[in-house]
Amino acid sequence: MGVEGIGARVVRKEDRRFITGQGRYVDDVKMVGMSYAHFIRSPHAHAKVKGIDSTEAMKMPGVIAVLTGQQIVDDKVGNLICGWAITSKDGSPMKMGAWPAMAPETVRFVGQAVAVVIAETKNQAKDAAEAVVVDYEELPAAADIKAAIKPGAPQLHPEAPGNIVYDWHLGDEAAVKDAFSKAANVVTLDLTNNRLVPNAMEPRAAVAHYDQAEEHYTLYTTSQNPHVARLVLSAFYNIAPEHKLRVIAPDVGGGFGSKIYIYPEEMVALWASKKVGRPVKWTGDRSEAFLTDAHGRDHVSKAEMALDKDNKILGLRVKTHANFGAYMSLFSSAVPTYLYATLLSGQYVIPAIYAEVIGVYTNTTPVDAYRGAGRPEASYLIERMMETAARQLKVDPAELRKANFITAFPYQTPVIMAYDIGDFHASIDAAMKAIDYAGFPARKAKAKADGKLRGIGLSCYIEACGIAPSKAVGSLGAGVGLWESAEIRVNPVGTIEVLTGSHSHGQGHETTFCQIIAERLGVPISQVSIVHGDTDKVQFGMGTYGSRSLAVGGTAIVKAMEKVEAKAKKIAAHALEASESDIVIENGEFKVTGTDKSIALPMVALAAYTAHNLPDGMEPGLKETAFYDPTNFTFPAGAYICELEVDPGTGKTSFVNFVAADDFGRLINPMIVEGQVHGGLAQGIGQALLEGAVYDNTGQLVTASFMDYTMPRADDLPSFQLSHTTTLCPGNPLGVKGCGEAGAIGASAAVINAITDAIGNNKLEMPATPDRVWHAIHG
Amino acid sequence: MYETNYHRASSVADAAATFAKGAESKFLAGGQTLLPVMKQRLAAPSDVIDLSKVQEMIGIEVSGDTVTIKAATPHYDVAQSDAVKKAIPALANLASGIGDPAVRYRGTIGGSLANNDPAADYPAAVLALGAVVKTNKRSIAAEDFFKGLFSTALEDGEIITAVSFPVPAKAGYAKFPNPASRFALTGVFVAKTKSGDVRVAATGASQSGVMRVAPIEQALKANWAASALDSVTIPASGLLADIHGSADYRANLVKVMGQRAVTAAG
Repeated sequence: MGVEGIGARVVRKEDRRFITGQGRYVDDVKMVGMSYAHFIRSPHAHAKVKGIDSTEAMKMPGVIAVLTGQQIVDDKVGNLICGWAITSKDGSPMKMGAWPAMAPETVRFVGQAVAVVIAETKNQAKDAAEAVVVDYEELPAAADIKAAIKPGAPQLHPEAPGNIVYDWHLGDEAAVKDAFSKAANVVTLDLTNNRLVPNAMEPRAAVAHYDQAEEHYTLYTTSQNPHVARLVLSAFYNIAPEHKLRVIAPDVGGGFGSKIYIYPEEMVALWASKKVGRPVKWTGDRSEAFLTDAHGRDHVSKAEMALDKDNKILGLRVKTHANFGAYMSLFSSAVPTYLYATLLSGQYVIPAIYAEVIGVYTNTTPVDAYRGAGRPEASYLIERMMETAARQLKVDPAELRKANFITAFPYQTPVIMAYDIGDFHASIDAAMKAIDYAGFPARKAKAKADGKLRGIGLSCYIEACGIAPSKAVGSLGAGVGLWESAEIRVNPVGTIEVLTGSHSHGQGHETTFCQIIAERLGVPISQVSIVHGDTDKVQFGMGTYGSRSLAVGGTAIVKAMEKVEAKAKKIAAHALEASESDIVIENGEFKVTGTDKSIALPMVALAAYTAHNLPDGMEPGLKETAFYDPTNFTFPAGAYICELEVDPGTGKTSFVNFVAADDFGRLINPMIVEGQVHGGLAQGIGQALLEGAVYDNTGQLVTASFMDYTMPRADDLPSFQLSHTTTLCPGNPLGVKGCGEAGAIGASAAVINAITDAIGNNKLEMPATPDRVWHAIHG
Repeated sequence: MYETNYHRASSVADAAATFAKGAESKFLAGGQTLLPVMKQRLAAPSDVIDLSKVQEMIGIEVSGDTVTIKAATPHYDVAQSDAVKKAIPALANLASGIGDPAVRYRGTIGGSLANNDPAADYPAAVLALGAVVKTNKRSIAAEDFFKGLFSTALEDGEIITAVSFPVPAKAGYAKFPNPASRFALTGVFVAKTKSGDVRVAATGASQSGVMRVAPIEQALKANWAASALDSVTIPASGLLADIHGSADYRANLVKVMGQRAVTAAG
């Protein structure tokens, strides 16, 4: 309906303030009497804290306080929690070590805070921090999975013998064994899914204020889910009861998962604001972001696939070690289990799957969900396996995939997920046509004549978005429900405020959600405001992650709108002396169908609030709330094909073409969807070619700045060729699936499959740096 | 950043005099290294003497067979200079590929050479072209100037005022950038002098900073062609190794970039 409704490429409403530098981020918040926090962080990966001497620091100009880990323990501030309980194979609960907000006794990763200086200025806090003497007794460190699980390895937590958090499994081991016994061919592959640093453009920040008169706290923070932050800060960290704590996440400059969690710094800022009686600001710098933002991925896996003589997959066996870093971050436990192993069926009929996942502590930064969260790891594994199988069986990789595609829906996989709908042939066909797959051999031959190694790689991903329903995730160990809320306020003059429990930190909600309203009411989006990110304004909501905001949050908006429209129609019918069933909504007017009688939305709204002439018994006002709990995940899927060339002299990869055919269901704003895909592809390609967090064997982060951590830049990436095939999601009224993570989930396998095709060597790990590729070519 | 005293020098003499007065003075040219290091509190100069506005240190002159680039001339000016493009196109090309546009507007040749980052571009050109580094005290031959990683022949308080490059018969530069920092993972500058000598220098490769590459020089003396390097082997010993490139990979890059530099030189 209209130029701003569903399907319209509306320019983003929020971009005016972003582009003109008027976005309001946490660091822009200034309060009277504000002080500044600077954290003192461990330079060691593993050490005992023998003592902290702040005598000299306290004498320095502007210093208000030096607060330590022992004080936060003494004040009974709770330890950080992990919100998803995973049970090991043997029935035992996962083994968690305690994570105090500042370490009172032991530090377990470089960058862990042991104390904080509060001073009048940021520079004074930094100066004083240098004068605080921390006496460390260094301990041996386990810097990676291999080092942590070997006999005699340094132990991180007494609660977790052998540094094992859990040894979990999913699927039918006996059925898989049986499948392998019948196999005509078995394909095996060892893979590493490299550790990534999220690097949101805006580093984390917090401004905390304690109001003594009201005994009330306010926290401005860089959060993807302010209500969850408030809940956790209240219920687990004992900062303040929920009604005495307001959490505001204003404009937030990117999250990618890393701003889901409630980190020590935000807790300490709140606690310290009461302790010193002053508002406290902490703004992380880039170095702190590298060391303390939850990292992503970091799996080491062995995969085996059984196929019959007709190249049909019989079974899949996977064993994965997942590195959690030094502590279990908020949702970390679920990432390599229920967000990973449940997707190992990919787009294929695999009758038997068995996955084992061993979670491991190491002396590194904690690891948690990062764009895709478990699904990129699953997709990378299965798609490299398909390519490996095709090469081993000497069949075309596209044909092998097609021969094994799931074609009948709904489809129950052997690993929990029930795919509701999809058309995998449609997306691979679209991608193959877009890249002229048939013409590739000729192009490869031509490139060879020019001295270049050309390769093509496919990746057919499926993912699960809008994690749900609450009852099901609760039965699997989740500590929260994963519904979403919306409130629609039609003001007396007919303008509309939509309060959503989701949070926008780059996704474009202020535009997309308005388009849903515009579609239904036929009003311009300028009459609609989206309100989010403030626990004092918005009803409880679950926030934004896992590509859930539209499928879950958008549906909550639709549900609330249905209630608003039902009431408004009653008011309109009463005013127009017509039957409620004859009222239709068009172009912002309520019309009596088949007549020229109508009443505009502002008049309906005014009638609702003046209440001079409402139907008998009707309450005044026009405001409705809905809480929506989905019945299933949504399942975006698609096919990516990458064509590239490798320079055999240097091992450098250059893109020739990258095509993406995605099925996201209905698109509300195709331009925003394309932007999301571009960003996701950049991160997926970044993982494949460029990005990788590297620790040395003492646990020092070698890639602790952009001088060594290769963030993708525009000239590292091709111009993407995007297209969409559509199956509407049957699980929600909008028919939408989610698009925020797809690119990051599907891209990396396509790139690596293309490089290994080009160089004729399947032994290649991510990131496929020129050095690694050159060695893979030349041995 | 720690507190520091900032001085904008009006002349070379003023800069030298101000430097001498400070307890721990540092010269600031384009600030592309010093300022980030200061911001991270890894350097704490008492006094920072800004050379970037000293007029006698800015500009490019070509006379006869010599191109002189004054020390505070930013990379952008060298890259854009018609005189440099005509006399030593490889030098203009090298300058056009340093860092990114923001770096090229600010960074200077004098700052680059005084810092002598082992992955910087200019040292390769200075050494391969046999340039002379001129200071407020003396002239230093390229051979004598570079003393290893971040180390030069400059004495405390000595200021590079200009660099004089003899115009070669042919020259070319090729670099393979570090994927993260975009500094040279390895860059090779090849030059054939008007007297027929061949000089080749590699940056980014050696543990000792910029270096001459004798095997390539010998091969090119015999035959100035990329194919002349096909059978050359560069030893990996003494080369840098890090997460971006092992020593044997860098050894390969010295050869491959050498070939591409010859092709670029024509």
